[in-house]
Amino acid sequence: MSASETPAGPATFEFTADNLALAQRIIAKYPEGRQASAVMPLLDLAQRQHDNWLPRAAMDYVAGMLGMAPIRVYEVASFYTMYNLKPVGKHFVQVCTTTPCWLRGSDEVLAACKRKLGIGPGETTADGQFTVVEVECAGACVNAPVISLDDVYYEDLDGPSTEALLDTLIRGEKPKPGPQNGRINSAPIGGPTTLIEMAQRNGVKPASQE
Amino acid sequence: MPKLTIDGIELEVAPGTSVLQACEQLGIEVPRFCYHEKLSVPANCRMCLVEMEKAPKPIASCAMPCGEGMVIKTDTETVHKARKGVMEFLLINHPLDCPICDQGGECDLQDQAVGYGFDRGRYGEEKRAVKDKNLGPLIKTIMTRCIHCTRCIRFSDEIAGVSVMGATGRGEHMEIGTYVEAAVSSEMSGNLVDVCPVGALTSKPYAFTARPWELRKTESVDVLDAVGSNIRIDTRGGEVLRILPRLNEAVNEEWISDKTRYAHDGLKRQRLDRPYIRENGKLRAASWEEALALAATKLKGSAPEKIAAIAGDLADAESLLALKDLLGGMGVASLESRQDGSAIDATSRAGYIFNSTIAGIEQADHVFLIGTNPRWEGALVNARIRKRYLQGGLTVTVLGPRVDLTFPIEHLGNDATLLNAIADGSHPYAETLKAAKKPLLILGSGALARPDGAAVWAAARAVAEACGLVREDWNGFNVLHRAASRVGALDLGFLPAKGGRDLAGILDGARKGEVEVVYLLGADEIEAQHFGRAFVIYQGHHGDRGAHRADLILPGAAYTEKNATYVNTEGRAQHTRQATFPVGEAREDWKIIRALSGALGKPLPYDTLQQLRKRLADANPAFAQIDRVTPAAWGAFGTAGAVAAAPFTLPVENFYMTDAISRASATMAECTEAFVSPAVAERTGTHG
Amino acid sequence: MLRDEDRIYTNLYGFEDFRLDAARKRGDWDGTKDILARGRDTIIEQMKESGMRGRGGAGFSTGLKWSFMPKKVDGPVYLVINADEGEPGTCKDREILRHDPHKLIEGCLIAGFAIGATACYIYIRGEFYHEASNVQVAIDEAYASGLIGKNACGSGYDYDVYLHKGAGAYICGEETALIESIEGKKGQPRNKPPFPANAGLYSRPTTVNNVESIAGVPTILRRGPAWFAGLGRPKNAGTKLFCISGHVNKPCNVEEEMGIPLKELIERHAGGVRGGWDNLLAIIPGGSSVPVMPKSVCDTVLMDFDSLREVGSGLGTAAVIVMDKSTDIVKAIARLSKFYMHESCGQCTPCREGTGWLARVMDRMVRGQARLDEIDMLYDVTKQIEGRTICALGDAAAWPVQGLIRHFRPEMEARIAAYRQSIAAE
Repeated sequence: MSASETPAGPATFEFTADNLALAQRIIAKYPEGRQASAVMPLLDLAQRQHDNWLPRAAMDYVAGMLGMAPIRVYEVASFYTMYNLKPVGKHFVQVCTTTPCWLRGSDEVLAACKRKLGIGPGETTADGQFTVVEVECAGACVNAPVISLDDVYYEDLDGPSTEALLDTLIRGEKPKPGPQNGRINSAPIGGPTTLIEMAQRNGVKPASQE
Repeated sequence: MPKLTIDGIELEVAPGTSVLQACEQLGIEVPRFCYHEKLSVPANCRMCLVEMEKAPKPIASCAMPCGEGMVIKTDTETVHKARKGVMEFLLINHPLDCPICDQGGECDLQDQAVGYGFDRGRYGEEKRAVKDKNLGPLIKTIMTRCIHCTRCIRFSDEIAGVSVMGATGRGEHMEIGTYVEAAVSSEMSGNLVDVCPVGALTSKPYAFTARPWELRKTESVDVLDAVGSNIRIDTRGGEVLRILPRLNEAVNEEWISDKTRYAHDGLKRQRLDRPYIRENGKLRAASWEEALALAATKLKGSAPEKIAAIAGDLADAESLLALKDLLGGMGVASLESRQDGSAIDATSRAGYIFNSTIAGIEQADHVFLIGTNPRWEGALVNARIRKRYLQGGLTVTVLGPRVDLTFPIEHLGNDATLLNAIADGSHPYAETLKAAKKPLLILGSGALARPDGAAVWAAARAVAEACGLVREDWNGFNVLHRAASRVGALDLGFLPAKGGRDLAGILDGARKGEVEVVYLLGADEIEAQHFGRAFVIYQGHHGDRGAHRADLILPGAAYTEKNATYVNTEGRAQHTRQATFPVGEAREDWKIIRALSGALGKPLPYDTLQQLRKRLADANPAFAQIDRVTPAAWGAFGTAGAVAAAPFTLPVENFYMTDAISRASATMAECTEAFVSPAVAERTGTHG
Repeated sequence: MLRDEDRIYTNLYGFEDFRLDAARKRGDWDGTKDILARGRDTIIEQMKESGMRGRGGAGFSTGLKWSFMPKKVDGPVYLVINADEGEPGTCKDREILRHDPHKLIEGCLIAGFAIGATACYIYIRGEFYHEASNVQVAIDEAYASGLIGKNACGSGYDYDVYLHKGAGAYICGEETALIESIEGKKGQPRNKPPFPANAGLYSRPTTVNNVESIAGVPTILRRGPAWFAGLGRPKNAGTKLFCISGHVNKPCNVEEEMGIPLKELIERHAGGVRGGWDNLLAIIPGGSSVPVMPKSVCDTVLMDFDSLREVGSGLGTAAVIVMDKSTDIVKAIARLSKFYMHESCGQCTPCREGTGWLARVMDRMVRGQARLDEIDMLYDVTKQIEGRTICALGDAAAWPVQGLIRHFRPEMEARIAAYRQSIAAE
C-alpha cells in the first residue's frame, strides 16, 4: 500500500480544541517517554474528527504530536483495519461474514444490504450515505449474524431485519441496538436456562422447563 | 560462558552468542535472509530454523541465545524440511525473472534455492504483484521481488538513522517502502542495495550494466573523504562499473557512503588523457617529452624561492614524497598541502590525527563535536557515533552550526570563544566533560581553517588536557579531516620549510609576481584568479579548477588507477590498488615526478614502487605500519591565544560534490538535485 | 449441571446494571482489602491450588504464570489484560466487559498486587465501543471510590488501571503482539525469549492475562481455592464460559462446569442442534483455531482441556461452533482460511505466504476445482506452516484445514469428482 493509492485529503489537519484536550489526557495515560503508545487512540480521535477516515495530513499531525517518524504512523494506520485510509459513507456498515456469522446467514445480510442500498462489499452509495464492508469476526458469535455500524452492534439479523435496520437509518432515526429478534443479549432466546433466580428477580422469564 | 552441543560437537561461547553465531564459529552454514550481523534480529524469515532438544518445534537460531547444556541439531530431516518449506513459501510470490534481475549471480535467494529449492513449483495460484517505489536517484526498486526480510527498514532506522522506510499493510499485503513518495535522504542509502538479499533494491546507476561473474574485483581504499573506507572496485575492461564496501571493522565496518559508492562515474568524465601546453591562451595537446621538457625549463628558469607547490586533497603519499624530494632537493621551501588554509601543522602527530580511532568511538560515553558536520565530512565516523548512541549511554554535545546528525545532541550554541571558557573551566560544560568516563572530542577540519585556526587548535588541546580527555589509556582528542591526502602530507611534512611560504603566502606571491612557478599536485580547490601571472603546472586526472588555470598539464592517475598509499584521519596508512589503467597517456603520479626529475637532470633515487615505499617508511614509520594505527605521543601544538568570536562555519556545502571526481559525476549531480538543492532552497526561501 | 450459586458471572446476560452499586450487591469488591492482606505469595499459592487454567485458549495455570514474575524489581511492572477477543466463535469476554466490568477490575487489582505490578492496561478490541465505555465507567467509579489508585481499597498499595483500545487486528490477541500494540506499533508478535515476565511492556516485567481468567480471581479467592478446584474434573477445574454458536436452536453464552459433555451442553442450554442431534455434521469446540470434530466424536466428548486434546482437538476459548448437515463444511473451513489470511501480521514467511496459499486452494476446493492430489499438497502446505512461525497464528491457520482433511476428505474428493463431471458434461 502507498499513499498514492489513497486520496490526497486536506493539506493540513489539526485537532479541535476539545480533541486536543482529550489527546493530552490520552497521552498522559502512558509513562514518560512512551507517548508513542497514544498513537492508536489519537488516530482514532483524528478519524472521528475527520468524517471517519484518516488523510495523510492527520497521520503526519499525530506523528508530530507524538514525536514519531511519520512512517511509523503510516505503518500503524495501515496495519489495523479500523483506520480508514480513504473516505467512507456517513454510515459505515460492517457486516461480519466469518464462519459463525456465515453459518447463521450473513450471506442474507449482505444480500439485504445490496437490495436496500444497491451496493456490495467495499462500495459506497452515490449519495455518500452508506459504505458496506465485510469484516472479520466481530466477537458476538452467539448473536450471529452481526452488523457493526457507527459504534453499535446489531445482532441476530436476517434479511428482513437487516432491511428494516437500514430503513431506520435512511429515515434518519437511530435503530435499537443489540439483538433484533427480541432476545436479551446473549441469553438463549426464550429465556435463560441458568441464573434463574437472578432472571426472575429482574422480571425475566426463564426458559420453560420441559 | 555457556557450553552447548551443536551437531555432536561441544563448544563454549561468549554469553549472548546466538545459536546461529555459534554454528558459524563451528563453520556450520546456516541459511538466512533476515538476519544481518550488524542489524537487530527480527527472526522473521524463518530460514535459519534448527532443532533444539526439548523444544517442541524448530527454533530460529538467529534469535535464540545459547544456553548451558543446549543440544542443537542443524542437519536433520526436520531442519531440512523446515528450510525447504520456507524456501518454497518465499518463492511462490517471487517472480522467476532472474535472467533480467540485476541481483542475478549474487542473490541470496538464488543461492539458497540451489540448496533448498524444489525442482518445480507447486503453487498454481496467481502471483502477487507489487507496485515499485521511487526511492530516489540511487536505488532502483522492483518490489514484487521483495521477500519482506525488513533488512532495509532496519538499516534505515538503525545504521542510517533516517526512519523513512517501513512495512505498511499486513499479511500478504504487507509492503516495504516509504508509503509516501520519498527518496531515501541519507548519505548512507546505497548500503540498502547491499543489505537487500534479493533484487528488490538494486543500484539504479548500475542497472543492467554487468553480471557479477564478468567483473574483475580489486580490493582498494576510498579517497573521497579522509575516512579511508575499504572498498572493492569492480571493473570490466578498463572501466570501473561499481564500487562496493569491503569489511573492515576498524574503519567502515561493512558500509560506505553514497559518494564513495556512486561517484565513480566521475572517473569517466572530464579526464586528462594526455599532456597539454597552453599556447596563446589555449591548451594544445603535447607529447610527454615536450611537456616534461617545458616543466623542467620553467623550474630551472626560476629561483627556488620563486617556486611553490600545492598538493591537493586526493594526492597520494608516494607522489607527495617524490615531489617533496624533487623540489626540496632544488631548494624550494614553499610546499603546501593545506588547500583550505588550515592552521594545522606537523608539530605533534597526536595533534592532527583521530587518536581515539574510529572503532574507539564505541568506547566513548561522551562526544564533543566542534565545528563539524561529521555526517558530511566523514559519514562513516558519524555512523559509528550513531552506532555507539544506539548501544545506550552516549551523550553528544555540539559547538557549532546545528545539523541533524541522526542522534540527539546537546547544542552549546555557536560561539567559538566558548572553547577558551571550557578550557579554563569557566563554562559549566567543562564539568560534563570531566564527569565523563571516556570523553572524546572531534575537531572539524573547518574549525582549523579559520584565520584563528591555530588558536582554535590550541584551545581544543587545552580543553582536552583540562577535562581529562588525554590519559594514559585513552586519547579523546580527534581531528576529523576531509582530505584523503592530509594526514599523509603532514606525516611527510609537505609543508612550508624554513623560509617557505604557506598557502596565503604562495597566493600572495603569485599575485605580486614574487612566485613565478606553481606546481599543483591535483590541487583543485583554489580559484584560478589567485595564481596571478604565475606559470601553473597542473598534475592531476581531471579537468577541474586546477587544470582550467594550468599552463601545463601533466595527466595523472585517479585512485582507482594506481597503487598508492593514503593515510586516513586516524593515521592509518592503507593502500589503494590499481583496478584499471590510467586513461590515455596518463601515468601514475609518482612516475611522472620521477620522470620530471630525470628531465631536470636530478633523478630521484627510486625506480620502483618498492624503493619508493621503503623511502616512505624511512621518512615516517607510520608508512611501515600498513592498515594499522600506532598511538601517537601527546605533545604541544597550536598557538595559545583567544579564539575569535566568529561562529564556526561548516566546510562542506554539498556532500555529493567535494572533489574533482565527484564534481564530474552525473550521479552525484542527480543526488545534489534530489537532496541538497531542495534543502538549500528551503533554507534560503528561493523555492517555488 | 452447575448450580446457580456456583456461578461466577452472575450478570452474564446483563439482567442487572453493570455499575458499582449493582456490582457490590452481586458481591464484587467484598473484602478485597482482606484478600490483599493475605500477601502476594499466598494469593499466588491459592490461585495455583484452585487449578485455574488460563481462559484465553492456551490453558496455562494462572497461578504458575504469576509465579514467574520476578519477586524484587525496581521500577514499573505491568499487568496487561487481554480483552482483544476475536477468535471466531468467541464472545465470552464481551459479556464480562459490558455486564460485569467490576469483576474484571477487582481481579486486575488482586492479580496486579500478586505479581507486584505498578499499573494495569486493559487492551480492548476497538470494535467493542460499548464494552470499552462500560469498562471506563467502572474504572472511573473504582477510582472515585478508592478501590484502585492510591492506597487501593485502603491496602496501602498504589495501583493504576488504564484502558487501551485496539483498532482491528486479531493478532493482537497474541500477548506479545498486544504488548507491541500498546507500545504504539504494529501488532507483530515478538520472539521469545525474552518472555514478557522478564521483558514485556516497555521492556518491563509483564504478565498478560485473559479477561475471564482475571475476572474469576476475586470469586475464587473469596470462596476459596478448594471450591473452584472441586468443580470440573482433575486438572480441568472450575467453571467456564461457553459460547455456543452456529446451527443450534438457541445460540447463547453460558457458564458451565468444566468437563460437561458437549452434547449435554448443547441440548441443555442451546436448545439442541437444529433438526436434532442426528442432524449434526461437525463441531469446532474451541474457537476457529482448533480442529473440527465429526459427529461421532461429539457424541461423547467432554468439554475440557485434556478431553478435547485426547480427541485431536482443543478447548481453546470454549467457543462451540455447531454445524448441521446442511453445512458446506469445505466452505465453512475455507472461510476460516480467509480469516487467517486476513489476520496474518505478515512478518514470518510461512504464515504470510502460506495463509494466502491455503485460502486460495481452499477457495478452489469449495468448488471442487482442484486435482485430487492437491488435497495432499494442501495438507503438506499446512505442515510447512505449522510450528515454523514466531507465534501460533500459523498453527491456528493450519489446524482447521488439517481437521477438514482428516475428517472430511471424502467430501472434498466427491466435490472434485463432481466438478470434473460438470466440466466433462459441457
